[in-house]
Amino acid sequence: MTKQIVEMTVNGETREVMVEPRELLIYVLREQLRLTGPHVGCETSHCGACTVEINGKSVKSCTMFAVQAQGAEITTIEGLGSPDGLHVLQESFKEHHGLQCGYCTPGMITRAHRLLQENPNPTEEEVRFGMAGNICRCTGYQNIVKSILSAAAEINSASEAAQ
Amino acid sequence: MNDLTPDRDERVANLKGLGCSRKRVEDARFTQGKGNYIDDISLPGMLHGDFVRSPYAHARVKSINTDAAMALDGVIAVLTAKDLEPLSLHWMPTLAGDKQMVLADGKVLFQGQEVAFVVARDRYIAADAVDLVEVEYEELPVLVDPFEALKSEVVLREDLDGQTEGAHGPRKHHNHIFTWEVGDEAGTNAVIDDADVVAEETMYYHRTHPCPLEPCGCLASMDKVNGKLTLYGTFQAPHVVRTVASLLSGIEEHNIRVVSPDIGGGFGNKVGVYPGYVCSIVASIVTGVPVKWVEDRMENLMTTAFARDYWMKGRISATREGKITGLHCHVTADHGAFDACADPTKFPAGFMNICTGSYDIPIAYLGVDGVYTNKAPGGVSYRCSFRVTEAVYFIERMIEVLAIELNMDAAELRRINFIRKEQFPYQSALGWEYDSGDYHTAWDKALAAVDYEGLRKEQAERVEAFKRGETRTLMGIGLSFFTEIVGAGPVKNCDILGMGMFDSCEIRIHPTGSAIARLGTISQGQGHATTFAQILASEIGIPADSITIEEGDTDTAPYGLGTYGSRSTPVAGAATAMAGRKIRAKAQMIAAYLLEVHDDDVEFDVDRFVVKGAPERFKTMGEIAYAAYNQAIPGVEPGLEAVSYYDPPNMTYPFGAYVCVMDIDVDTGVTDIRRFYALDDCGTRINPMVIEGQIHGGLTEALAVAMGQEIAYDDMGNVKTGTLMDFFLPTAWEVPNYETDHTVTPSPHHPIGAKGVGESPHVGGVPCFSNAVQDAFRPFGLRHTNMPHDHWRIWKTANGLGLHDT
Repeated sequence: MTKQIVEMTVNGETREVMVEPRELLIYVLREQLRLTGPHVGCETSHCGACTVEINGKSVKSCTMFAVQAQGAEITTIEGLGSPDGLHVLQESFKEHHGLQCGYCTPGMITRAHRLLQENPNPTEEEVRFGMAGNICRCTGYQNIVKSILSAAAEINSASEAAQ
Repeated sequence: MNDLTPDRDERVANLKGLGCSRKRVEDARFTQGKGNYIDDISLPGMLHGDFVRSPYAHARVKSINTDAAMALDGVIAVLTAKDLEPLSLHWMPTLAGDKQMVLADGKVLFQGQEVAFVVARDRYIAADAVDLVEVEYEELPVLVDPFEALKSEVVLREDLDGQTEGAHGPRKHHNHIFTWEVGDEAGTNAVIDDADVVAEETMYYHRTHPCPLEPCGCLASMDKVNGKLTLYGTFQAPHVVRTVASLLSGIEEHNIRVVSPDIGGGFGNKVGVYPGYVCSIVASIVTGVPVKWVEDRMENLMTTAFARDYWMKGRISATREGKITGLHCHVTADHGAFDACADPTKFPAGFMNICTGSYDIPIAYLGVDGVYTNKAPGGVSYRCSFRVTEAVYFIERMIEVLAIELNMDAAELRRINFIRKEQFPYQSALGWEYDSGDYHTAWDKALAAVDYEGLRKEQAERVEAFKRGETRTLMGIGLSFFTEIVGAGPVKNCDILGMGMFDSCEIRIHPTGSAIARLGTISQGQGHATTFAQILASEIGIPADSITIEEGDTDTAPYGLGTYGSRSTPVAGAATAMAGRKIRAKAQMIAAYLLEVHDDDVEFDVDRFVVKGAPERFKTMGEIAYAAYNQAIPGVEPGLEAVSYYDPPNMTYPFGAYVCVMDIDVDTGVTDIRRFYALDDCGTRINPMVIEGQIHGGLTEALAVAMGQEIAYDDMGNVKTGTLMDFFLPTAWEVPNYETDHTVTPSPHHPIGAKGVGESPHVGGVPCFSNAVQDAFRPFGLRHTNMPHDHWRIWKTANGLGLHDT
């Protein structure tokens, strides 16, 4: 099948890939760009393990062709945090035991990151609703919710202190 | 001692040993997307495998034409049973003593069965080629009901036709697999027939699926130069996979390396050996390059390892005062097309004979008949020890039905029948020796915590209000008290394919006082790298942060039977403690030499050996480790290493008391879990944070199974719930917050008293959720209704009880 060039910005870097039009974004991220943080859990957009951020929105990258990402700004779990340390959310998931097998975690944290951009001070109910597109089979969500609420509080208190 | 010496509490805290909520060492990797799961592994030149699967549940395969598929650019091979037959790999043995087709040999027996294996350059080409394989089928009559299968003239397993003896004794019919009986049937019937009160009920524990978020997969790499096969995969029992791979392939076991990388949840799904593994190995041997096979979600739900599917018929008898006198249970077990249950060899229905539960029942009988149908094979223990969820659901429902029969409160009925503390170790009527327990204390604590009497009062008021037309919401109080049986198990009665179910730990202390320990188990999210280091820290006085835990590579780890049935802590955890004690014994000799005293004159104190009566004279474990490598100590070999293979003397018996408060909208069937209280007793608690996490997760999987999750088939054997659109996995929106609590009754035979906990919440949770639903309708005459309690079924229950009549 004829391939075409797709250019996108991934975690701040410009990347060019040659893809078939039918290739799903998740496989291009994982197999061509070797960003194996986002995972494949269902390929039907139910589980959210493949969640990435595209142009400021949470997207299940198994539900989108790579060619549709032409020109897009993409952030994956690998783009959170820094060489100096973990992102507040990553720290918080560790602190509050918000993960077990780790398979859903990259999608979960990436989604939580966007959720806190959309709603910096969510209630527990808003977190549960806002995270309902991401399935976890291990934790029962209780500690995931706790991790997100705690990260939100920490981010808010840091930004208040900065003002 | 001097001012610089940390005090004892500080030294204990530094170890991060037993009992502390140590943060998980796995998480820095996982939170950054740096996990290494099977589909993350890529080898140079790797090919991709994909299956042609049967659209029919029962059909003869008339012909397979692979020409068009082979002609597609990028397709390397298409394997069929004919290609595997010369290697005798077109069938494979199952864990249950049966055999299973690797690729369809003349016929297919369930929808989704593997028919041909395509090997191609990438996953897209493989999928294209799957569509190009032409298979001609002739449909055969389909049997999806085990009771019909036992009457039908249709022979499902033609390969077994005429065989009246199976792996577990006589077969009564061509679709019958085995009969397994435990206990005294005549005696039990006599007691029940003469009893004051008898309750009978038939219940169906529906078929479901463990559905870990990561599906099953493997990557086989045959190195033709050195003759070594490396097999990466989602294996809950990597060492057993190596042995099986060697026996099947003829490759000597030392030339096979099996690696379980990070596993994205298992819950029993990743115990078995699947056709994808066999085909990948063969394809790699044939092509000489690595071959990867990873199933997709539909393949996972439709073909690899279902759970449950037990039709259970019970009779329970009691005195008028409620003292249980006997229990009779018969199970018709639907095993699907091949008996691929993952149970210890001598237990074709797992530990279903724990079905007398937490109660002192003097006489009992269990009979299980296994049956072939046109459904997927499997029968794994989904987040439970072998068939224990079925057993606990059965007895906890029978107790509720008996309570109705006696017109008695179900909490009180439990209380008067619990095995008493002083009866442990307790011999059950069906052959188990319960090691320890204190059920009354746990029950009283649970009922007090939820204000049980207050809840009953509120419920009665709600029923009255409902009758007066003031509300359309009913309230259910779900109770369950469970006893698990985990930690398989004693080698004398537990084996898998002949391999005794011991487990192992090997420890090396490095000269600078840090350590590595390797175990025969494999974490799938349980946090072994964190918790096993804690066990060891307390045993050998080296901080957990200085101990690396490694599992899953058969070239480096000692042989073990793997992680399932909550056996890691009871068995490998015990091996860890025992190996640690060997280290400590040698360290004691070294310390005594260094301190110039007799071995018996030093004693272990947290992180050091001290001279008895002179605590200022000591050698830390760090100093001892260094000495082990740099000093010639008379009579002591250099180095500081130990290995332990632990054969547990008995299973462990964790228990717990759960209460669920649920509101049910009678007109919509919608449920709202208002409160869930879970008290668990898993013996000595290694890491409370991890324990609570396990309980939250197990309860959520219980909620799923009880409230909606099922693998359903239509009459044609089509899977109706093959995607996550139809197969219920709860999201954060549907799941409540859980209250956790505990008592501690250490196991008397386990080196540190731990019992295992990962599966308890699932085992106890399913009947608790179900009992809450049933309890809400008890005042309106409901005795029993089958799970899963989705909105539609609850609505039907309410409708059937006339609650929608105006």
